[in-house]
Amino acid sequence: MDIFQLQGYAYFGLVAFMVVILYSYIYHLYSSEKKGIKDFEKYGNMALKDEITDTPVEKISKDEKN
Amino acid sequence: MENRPLEYDYTVAKMFMLTTVLLGAVGMLIGVILATELAFPGVNTILGGLGLNEFTNFSRLRPLHTDAVVFGFTLSGIWATWYYVGQRVLKVSMAESKVLMFLGKLHFFLYLLVVVAVVGSLFLGITTSKEYAEFEWPIDIAVVLVWVLWGLGIFGLIGIRRERSLYISVWYYIASFLGIAMLYLFNNMEIPTMLAASPAGETGIGAWYHSISMYSGTNDALVQWWYGHNAVAFGFTVPIVAMIYYFLPKESGQAVYSYKLSLLSFWGLMFVYLWAGGHHLLFSTVPDWMQTMGSVFSVVLILPSWGSAINMLLTMKGEWQQVATSPLIKFMVLGSTFYMFSTLEGPIQAIKSVNAIAHFTDWIVGHVHDGVLGWVGFMIMAALFHMAPRVFKKEIYSKSLMGTQFWIQTLGIVLYFTSMWIAGITQGMMWRAHDEYGNLAYSFIDTVTALHPYYTIRAVGGALYLIGFFMFAYNIYKTMTSGRRVEESELQNASPMAA
Repeated sequence: MDIFQLQGYAYFGLVAFMVVILYSYIYHLYSSEKKGIKDFEKYGNMALKDEITDTPVEKISKDEKN
Repeated sequence: MENRPLEYDYTVAKMFMLTTVLLGAVGMLIGVILATELAFPGVNTILGGLGLNEFTNFSRLRPLHTDAVVFGFTLSGIWATWYYVGQRVLKVSMAESKVLMFLGKLHFFLYLLVVVAVVGSLFLGITTSKEYAEFEWPIDIAVVLVWVLWGLGIFGLIGIRRERSLYISVWYYIASFLGIAMLYLFNNMEIPTMLAASPAGETGIGAWYHSISMYSGTNDALVQWWYGHNAVAFGFTVPIVAMIYYFLPKESGQAVYSYKLSLLSFWGLMFVYLWAGGHHLLFSTVPDWMQTMGSVFSVVLILPSWGSAINMLLTMKGEWQQVATSPLIKFMVLGSTFYMFSTLEGPIQAIKSVNAIAHFTDWIVGHVHDGVLGWVGFMIMAALFHMAPRVFKKEIYSKSLMGTQFWIQTLGIVLYFTSMWIAGITQGMMWRAHDEYGNLAYSFIDTVTALHPYYTIRAVGGALYLIGFFMFAYNIYKTMTSGRRVEESELQNASPMAA
């Protein structure tokens, strides 16, 4: 196998790998929402309720800060 | 001590709003002068009688135009919005940290110094001659300091935030910060000539401030276009996406259509964009596989770009009447549409067979401008319009002026890109045309003559956009000085504006 063939297989392999990663991420986003692990859409409210007096969408706890 | 309720502090945001407007006006004015020079070459030497030819010719002014728009108008816009959006989505005020406030002000004043140095040196013709990286090494060092100050500001604010998760816009601002830090450092690796020695043994060559790139030949071209294209990515795309993800939902009162899609588009954009720069070097001396990779990744880039743009258009779902009633929403919706348009046009130009015609022609210039005028310019102006009533606590001075500005500028952009399409394709076809023996059918000057009308139309288009920009500047100035005072309750979503 010469270098050009090797490059070809490596290129195809990389693209296939990236496609798997991409679809896994999409699956992760939707499945974790469906299983109730995380609601991603609530984060959209961070832009709408952004007064300093508004309650944070997810408050940072005191323990985390220390 | 006075016990006042905590408020967001927009001091630094206001400072950068000022430079956004000023440097935008300067950059665009020079752009119109350049367009006029291309259509009417006599303008190049218009001040010849005063012995000032060197300051008015195209080659001296061109880097001032690009750098004023990229590093003046756009960067100031990015920072004005960061110092506004950052506080709000992290729910923390700059007033809560004296250190962050000091760093923010230092960031602004050091940036101002750099602007003066850049304008002065470029006007005097002091340049490294690398496109969009013309600054000599002392200025580069100052730029790095400015950048570090911004980084400290971002991560400092994140460090004291009340909101646990980072809103999608903050991710985009961080990406912009990291991306440009990496690009700028690597492309500006340079050696001051005073440290070099010639083969004959001479030392201390050239002026103390002069430098040459550390790379040479094809390597230099590769690094340059990896930088050049990604400067578009992390200067003109990523931070502007950051803006629209905040300002469109906030102004329309609609949460982003799909937060999941925004995350997916973010990672897609981050991964794909960095590999696309090779498309600037098609049919050159760089390895063939690299050129192919540049083309392929450019086409793939449509997906994450459209992911964000469609997400923004869908955010308006059920609220499309706002596009008709609010000129501010018009700017953002058309901005997003221009983003879709130019991120489709770019990949088309990156296809090798299309590039064989498009390369080095005015079509490329047209592409850049429908992106920058339609997407970057519209979004930054919309952001400032949205911010003005909130930072000055005043109603926007005139809605009708804003509406008129929108239509004048839209017409300007349409004239700009259509004339450049025709000019570019005409140019590409004429350069390639040959007779049955392979002799070229046209000489270069034939193309120049054929393009004259389109260059004139482009100058008119640019002038219309500039007029619109002055209307914008006036509207912001009047808002600041004589707008009606507004109450907090009026600032929830749609910006208050007088008829």
